[in-house]
Amino acid sequence: MMIGLGHYLFVAAVLFTLGVLGIFLNRKNVIVILMCVELMLLAVNINLVAFSVFQGNVVGQVFAMLVLTVAAAEAAIGLAILVVYFRNRGTIEVEDISAMKG
Amino acid sequence: MLLQAVAFYVFAFVTMASGAAVVLSRNPVYSVLWLILAFFNAAALFLLIGAEFIAMILVIVYVGAVAVLFLFVVMMLDINLAKLREGFMEYFPVGALIGIVLFAEVMFALGAFGGHSPTIVALDKAGAQVATVENTRAIGRVLYTQYFYLFQVAGVVLLVAMIGAIVLTLRSRPGVRRQRIAEQLYRPKDQAITIVKVPSRGGVS
Repeated sequence: MMIGLGHYLFVAAVLFTLGVLGIFLNRKNVIVILMCVELMLLAVNINLVAFSVFQGNVVGQVFAMLVLTVAAAEAAIGLAILVVYFRNRGTIEVEDISAMKG
Repeated sequence: MLLQAVAFYVFAFVTMASGAAVVLSRNPVYSVLWLILAFFNAAALFLLIGAEFIAMILVIVYVGAVAVLFLFVVMMLDINLAKLREGFMEYFPVGALIGIVLFAEVMFALGAFGGHSPTIVALDKAGAQVATVENTRAIGRVLYTQYFYLFQVAGVVLLVAMIGAIVLTLRSRPGVRRQRIAEQLYRPKDQAITIVKVPSRGGVS
């Protein structure tokens, strides 16, 4: 039984789909939406690393590290915005966030 | 080789199951904990194919920083859980439909691609190089030479994110008394103390 590239791509596809599904299901909870974005980025990283390893080219892992950097920055900024929003409004419901609606 | 296959299936199953649990669990705190489990198992998956450096970075950055930050925010905010769960079932059909369509498309692409997917054994030219140079050294050789500017840009991204997060959450509350150290230090003697001649048996009035 050989573990090939396809196995890793399958895991990544499942994780990515779960992330998209979670964004649709948890429409009210911003924190879970952010977690789902992290899950999708993890799926992308699995894809990058799997291709990198199975093609013997290390550049994919370098790129995965850059994706990791952006994911960390995104989490920090997103949670900071969330904290500020909660301080101002006392809730984090997504459907209440319509202050910029015309 | 069989052991590797078994390990892959275990780690892959736990990763996918905990990913599903992130989406489905009722409490955001449990979601974060499942997310941590998913990250750990993804790191194990990376270890299995020899990407040790990314695996360790994943544990350090995701579990050590990002997930703990999530946990901190989830526990700090006072969230009405029952209200947040409203509409879960309402969006379920649409979300499930989109998820199924997306998954089918990805699987279709995978099936179209999978016919000529290389495996570990089929590494040709770079395989020998991978075997002689360990993973971290190989990444370092590429990252610090060819992609050095990209590396620095990543640093700038982190710096901007840090400054942005500080600026966003910093607030100056008006009614708070603070210690002003410079003022304390520069206060002259006559403002700080008063010397009183206390008469005998008189006391200080």
